[in-house]
Amino acid sequence: MTTWEVVIGLETHAQLSTQSKIFSGAATAFGAEPNTQACAVDLGLPGVLPVINRGAVERAIRFGLAVGAHIAPRSVFARKNYFYPDLPKGYQISQFELPVVVGGGLTIQTSQGEKRVRLTRAHLEEDAGKSLHEDFVGLSGVDLNRAGTPLLEIVTEPDMRSAEEAVAYARALHALVRWIEICDGNMQEGSFRCDVNVSVRPLGQAAYGTRCEIKNLNSFRFIERAIECEVKRQIELIEDGGTVVQQTRLYDPDRDETRSMRSKEDAMDYRYFPDPDLPPLCIDDSWIDRVRGNLPELPEARRTRYQDTLGLGQYDAALLTASREAGDYFEAVRAAAAGVDAKLCANWVNGELAAALNRADLEVTHSLVSPAQLGTLLQRLADGTVSGKIAKELFEILWTEGGDVDAIIDARGLRQISDSGALQAVLEQLLAENPAQVAEYRGGKEKVFGFFVGKAMKVTGGKANPAQLNELLKTLLAG
Amino acid sequence: MSLSEDDVRRVARLSRLALTADELPRLQEDLSRILDLAAQLQAIDTRDVLPLAHPGSDQAPLRADLVSEQDHREAFQAVAPQVERGLYLVPRVIE
Repeated sequence: MTTWEVVIGLETHAQLSTQSKIFSGAATAFGAEPNTQACAVDLGLPGVLPVINRGAVERAIRFGLAVGAHIAPRSVFARKNYFYPDLPKGYQISQFELPVVVGGGLTIQTSQGEKRVRLTRAHLEEDAGKSLHEDFVGLSGVDLNRAGTPLLEIVTEPDMRSAEEAVAYARALHALVRWIEICDGNMQEGSFRCDVNVSVRPLGQAAYGTRCEIKNLNSFRFIERAIECEVKRQIELIEDGGTVVQQTRLYDPDRDETRSMRSKEDAMDYRYFPDPDLPPLCIDDSWIDRVRGNLPELPEARRTRYQDTLGLGQYDAALLTASREAGDYFEAVRAAAAGVDAKLCANWVNGELAAALNRADLEVTHSLVSPAQLGTLLQRLADGTVSGKIAKELFEILWTEGGDVDAIIDARGLRQISDSGALQAVLEQLLAENPAQVAEYRGGKEKVFGFFVGKAMKVTGGKANPAQLNELLKTLLAG
Repeated sequence: MSLSEDDVRRVARLSRLALTADELPRLQEDLSRILDLAAQLQAIDTRDVLPLAHPGSDQAPLRADLVSEQDHREAFQAVAPQVERGLYLVPRVIE
């Protein structure tokens, strides 16, 4: 029985979050009436010339710096020729031999630990329009609003070895492009879509197997399912004596299978050549330095800082850097909870808060408890003003009713009883009221201890300091 | 002749050109001569020459990321053969 190794590479199209198109001044806003954002340049009318959008180039530089890539000082736009009605010029302006971003890599977290995925390149190109086939008999409708929208195509080396790794990479890349604010990451609207190259080979074989490319996957679940289907298909094919044919395939989520779109024989010959309408794109060092100066702390740096400097575990650090918003919330909690242990803050953000957000189906940016209030709450917990149990109740009150932590503590009398005299009085009364249980305890039945703790908490409304309560109770019961 | 008739047919198909029987040999000869010229150029030693992507200015001008185009759909669609609900209609295409 052969053990198979899966080899996966990804090509991702990230739509850049510019106001205007990559080569024209038409708007890129999603959802406009058909063809109202398609100008003469986007339509490919005679006599028009493309002019490169500085904002698109700047986003490519941001990306390149964020993945530690080389930014080409001089890159070249090329024409990729093919015929399709949603591509009015008959070619897509892309980059071929000299892309703007070369190399770099991304660290991913999987159940097997950390792994580095190398990037081959990232290049700028324009998106095509949209063809609608359903509504017209014998005809297709064409909406060119999307034509000319700037894309960054990000290509990996064939470094991934499982669907899990591919999804981890796609998620990390998705988080990164949103983190550095170059792409809104909206997968439903097609702002982030992946093509996946899959092949299999017997474990230990150096040469790659023949690969198939699965096009246009726009959810992480589909990426995972499509790879699993395709791997199964290829292995079964080979084990049944067949050979994998290089081809482009589509994933059908309804039938959970991939099927052939076109084979290598009818593969397009794109006849790339440098676009005579566009001189080379030149990026000087001072521009790169300026962009570098404006980059936020990146997820990998933040994760390392959380683990090494704040002492958080790998799990907490990964959760808090899954999105920039989660980390920013955590940072704001920390700022409001001066002196409070970072681990306590992380526990609450990843625990109580995450659970509440999850129940309410809210993003952290829409949290009903502000980081400032959570920070104050944690300070009151840490300095002993309230007990852990009361802190959770307080959080619930903040979540459902809002308000100010200190005001709520005062108004509802939630302050922890740390005055040992007051607590002692409560306990002495309890002991006096329950002589039978006191006798049982003193007779060796130590389980009765819990009975008194429960009673004491009930009497104090949960406000007794648990450590203090235990200690006092032990002393009193010992007689 | 550096190009076969089949090569010419294939390029014509990629370019969506329908060639007549008498055009085929003529194009085969013309295109072959162009390729022969290119082959001559290929023979030159260019090790120390920077690739020239563009004969004009050496640096692309850049524009600010601003929306400067208004909606002229009506004017553009006035010359289109067929439109409906704002869409350009074309003979049906399915991949």
